[in-house]
Amino acid sequence: MQLSREDLLQAYRKMRMIREFEDAVHEEFSAGNIPGFVHLYAGEEASGVGVCMHLDDRDAIASTHRGHGHCIAKNCDERGMMFEIFGRKEGLCGGKGGSMHIADLSKGMMGANGIVGGGPPLICGAALSAKTLKTGGVAVAFVGDGASNQGTTFESYNLAKVWNLPAIFVVEDNGYAESTASTWSVAGSQVERAKGFGMKSYEVDGHDFFAVWEAAREAIEQARNGGGPSLLHVKLNRYYGHFEGDAISYKAPGEIEAIKAAKDSLMIFRNRVSEAGLLDGAAMDAVDKECREKIAQCVVEAKAGAMPTEADLLTDVYTSAY
Amino acid sequence: MAKKSFRQAINEALRQEMERDHRVVIMGEDIAGGMGAPGEQDAWGGPLGVTKGLMPQFGRDRVLDTPITESAFIGAAAGAAATGLRPVAELMFVDFMGVCFDQIFNQAAKFKYMFGGKAITPLTIRTMYGAGFRAASQHSQCLYPLFTHIPGLKVVIPSNAYEAKGLLIQAIRDDDPVIFFEHKMMYDEEWDVPDEPYTIPFGEANVTREGDDVTIIAFGRMVNVANEAADNLEKAGISCTVVDPRTTSPLDRDTILETAEETGRVVVVDEAHPRCSMASDIASLCAQEIFGALKAPIKMVTAPHSPVPFSPALEDLYIPNAAKIEAAVRDVMGSSTARAAE
Repeated sequence: MQLSREDLLQAYRKMRMIREFEDAVHEEFSAGNIPGFVHLYAGEEASGVGVCMHLDDRDAIASTHRGHGHCIAKNCDERGMMFEIFGRKEGLCGGKGGSMHIADLSKGMMGANGIVGGGPPLICGAALSAKTLKTGGVAVAFVGDGASNQGTTFESYNLAKVWNLPAIFVVEDNGYAESTASTWSVAGSQVERAKGFGMKSYEVDGHDFFAVWEAAREAIEQARNGGGPSLLHVKLNRYYGHFEGDAISYKAPGEIEAIKAAKDSLMIFRNRVSEAGLLDGAAMDAVDKECREKIAQCVVEAKAGAMPTEADLLTDVYTSAY
Repeated sequence: MAKKSFRQAINEALRQEMERDHRVVIMGEDIAGGMGAPGEQDAWGGPLGVTKGLMPQFGRDRVLDTPITESAFIGAAAGAAATGLRPVAELMFVDFMGVCFDQIFNQAAKFKYMFGGKAITPLTIRTMYGAGFRAASQHSQCLYPLFTHIPGLKVVIPSNAYEAKGLLIQAIRDDDPVIFFEHKMMYDEEWDVPDEPYTIPFGEANVTREGDDVTIIAFGRMVNVANEAADNLEKAGISCTVVDPRTTSPLDRDTILETAEETGRVVVVDEAHPRCSMASDIASLCAQEIFGALKAPIKMVTAPHSPVPFSPALEDLYIPNAAKIEAAVRDVMGSSTARAAE
């Protein structure tokens, strides 16, 4: 399977949309316009998009606290997301979830998750549904290097293998769990851990969309064909702090700038497709403009959006009268 | 009507719902048993034989033995419920909630609310609770107050085999996550149970007897103990109303308050610990809502604030019994008599 020109443009559009979205949220949060906690995905775009390009609505993903990028990659509506992050009634979750709980089950997006390691067991369940109901779907758990050490993650590797589920575990290792380096907190290696469970595993450069896309293609194809779970260890970097407001003093001086200059995922993508003559700069510039304008419009509308009211406080706790 | 045990009633409810709806799957540790082993398949049918016979009828694809990995399979049941199945997961002993609670209270319970109403989580978790088995501190607790505290969960405590069948079918058909408590000392108790499927709605208490003097509100196994105490008291000329709320979440406040107001004397019986419990919850409810109608202070008959002991000599002291309930009823009768004399 090859990427068509349309696929390439779509991949670039998704990655750029995530970058624009996160940069806008960063600015708005800094200006004091967004309540609560936000954790930004900028720098990690190639991972979410490289994986989700292979998925459709019958496939499920579970995300992390750093979930905006996965949402966009899985086709959640950016406007509804922005409204949600601003706590507005028109938000994707009616303003009840916020940044850490954005979900859209109709798109197979099972939620960002405020609990580190919360997602992998849920993905075993989504994979079980797909297998039992014979939908042909697969389920993908995105976890960070922090969650890779949680018992729920190991238990899920085991259960997915024992039940031969169509599940894929994507460990997005951005080098830091909060302020703690993964070189210190992770014993052994991610791919060797997967091998210990009898799973095929891939070491992937998460700055390179094409590397992620290729590894994910194999893993997802295997899952769809009944071959069971596998794991991708995706090494990448985040451009902002663990959360907005994090002074990032634990990183080396110049560390982020050096990554941006040498390994920015959007830059690498542009260079690769330009050199190969697959897309021209003007087409990508047009995408940049389209994304920038769209996100700016989302921010304007979200800021002007109505807040939920007292009538919304107690709805949606149960499906039936309580 | 046929006499069936609590165990048979639950098995029948599961069987009938699995026959009715192909989306119902059951999973848990050894719920069939013998998975991957060279000997008998369906070797256990659950640790106490409750799910025996379901695997031969429905196959391994719908009766899923799990590794001993509660976080993963309880979470998987939650994830499956959010994506089209209607799983019934068995958490062998409720005491094991400590290793998987996040998947219940942070995940399954909150999907609907966090996702703005755009999710259903038709998950049932069956679990064993209660003392009397000499199973000691980590296999004997009554942890339903912890679940009752969590918005988004429904909590069901059947008091006999008839109740168990109707409430379990309701749980499986319900679109919210339900924690279904089975007292391990009740599995062999028999009751009249219809063969056909039926449901008992949540949040509708069952008044098992009506009396004039004292209202006893009891949960699960304690409903029968309360009725035994009421029988004894009747002979002594004290007539009691006994209320089985059936579900702690939702809670039938109206029936509790109406029956409590009628007698003006309230005894709450709960095998759980006394602090932050159903007993204290209902005592608080009555104090807030019908204080003026009360003729005596509300009494709670509960287990003490201690872990469940192992030694039969100690465990028998620990569990509320009919004698303790009778003493509490006489106490509220006495204190109201004393109050009237003042």
